[in-house]
Amino acid sequence: MTKIKRFPSLFRPRGGVDQSVLEQNKGLVDQIGRRGLFRGTMSVGALTMLTGCDWGDGGSVEQALRAVSRWNDVVQGAIFRPNHLAPTFSAAEVLKPPRFNAHYEIEDVKPVDGRTWKLEVSGLVNDKHSWSLVEMMSLPQQEMIIRHICVEGWDYVGQWSGVNLRQFLERVGADLRARYIAFRCADGYTEALDMATALHPQTILATKYAGEPLPDPFGFPLRLRTSTKLGFKNPKWLTAMEVTNTRPGTFFGDQGFNWFSGI
Amino acid sequence: MTAKSPGTTSGASSRLHPLPVRLMHWVNAATMFIMIGSGWKIYNDEVIFGWLYFPDALTLGTWAQHGLLWHFFGMWIFAINGLCYLTYGILTGRFRRKLWPISPRELIATVRDALRFKLGHDDLTHYNAVQKTLYVGVILIGMTSLLSGLMLWKPVQFSELLALVGNDFQFVRLVHFLCMAAICGFVVIHVSLALLVPKTLVAMITGGPRVPSAEPPVSPSLKPTGPS
Repeated sequence: MTKIKRFPSLFRPRGGVDQSVLEQNKGLVDQIGRRGLFRGTMSVGALTMLTGCDWGDGGSVEQALRAVSRWNDVVQGAIFRPNHLAPTFSAAEVLKPPRFNAHYEIEDVKPVDGRTWKLEVSGLVNDKHSWSLVEMMSLPQQEMIIRHICVEGWDYVGQWSGVNLRQFLERVGADLRARYIAFRCADGYTEALDMATALHPQTILATKYAGEPLPDPFGFPLRLRTSTKLGFKNPKWLTAMEVTNTRPGTFFGDQGFNWFSGI
Repeated sequence: MTAKSPGTTSGASSRLHPLPVRLMHWVNAATMFIMIGSGWKIYNDEVIFGWLYFPDALTLGTWAQHGLLWHFFGMWIFAINGLCYLTYGILTGRFRRKLWPISPRELIATVRDALRFKLGHDDLTHYNAVQKTLYVGVILIGMTSLLSGLMLWKPVQFSELLALVGNDFQFVRLVHFLCMAAICGFVVIHVSLALLVPKTLVAMITGGPRVPSAEPPVSPSLKPTGPS
């Protein structure tokens, strides 16, 4: 999700859109909201706003679109093939180093100390002890060379190895009939998987890239990698996971990106 | 609306553009604004051509996620409306009657006439070879854009489709983009010509002139001939 533009457009406002106008006129804007001018129906006014004007976060139009997005979650869950493997690639096709993606720049990554790091495991599991990196590395390892696809549209081939998530969940005695796995990260990022994706054969808790320990920007010491989700649903720098039946909010999902985001 | 069988005559006639066609046409037109506007928003986040960004004022959605929300809403209307249109066009015989056959010789002649501003517009009910080519072309491009969109949306679940193009995700992205460009080109031509001959535009609203409701079964002696 890096926002670096190599060739900025002439049309693109430099430094983003000035939000101060909104602040200065907050009273006026709130008043419009109370009048409920645009609420409920598609007015002519709303139609004229179809070309990119901001109709406010949480406006009725966005609410309707988010409802469609939840319907799309259902559809994606229904067409998900639990044992269908994503295409794999040869070691020669692996991009080194991989392409960085986050909601901030690579220079702002705060490395995690692998010696003190722990993975908390909570929720519907029998074994709730926290896992050290040494413990994680001692579990059976799985390697896969799969394509990473970002919601922005770019992709690359990456070679990931680590612990199969299904095997890990079985090891900690997780309730595999639960609906979700929620993840928390060292940088405050949150993500979640539906259980079917968590149990997919190509979903792992990765500790290595191209045979080497994960570089800091790519999630050291532990990150999720699954072949069936967009890039942003593969959280890095994991610190906690929870098995739950309550649909977890996620960093990008809460901003309006599709929650399921399967590929 | 159900298709009238060729037998039901009794002098029955229908409009050049029956109501279902008009409805599907305008639904599709509105959906094109949604899909192209939001598509441009999505494109801007990771451009294919370094020199090409779409002005924010022309894109749909505040930020990328809103573009995506619009796109994955519009895709349902585009797909369902498009499938209804194809089904209707095939089952009623409208495609066969209106869009076929396309004669290359007539195509060249029509282009020549058009460039000399000598094209006749007296008979709206008969499409010339250029119209037929454009309409068949844009239908095929619409289908390609739907298929490539499906491959971009679900490259793993439908990995068999992606395998047909050598697993090249960026190639499919380019195809999806080029479909958009072709549709934009079509819209420019289509709207310009409709405005030049306004009664064609009116016909797509009111239905246009009355025509025999259905073709009689084609007998060898009554094969449709070229335009008179």
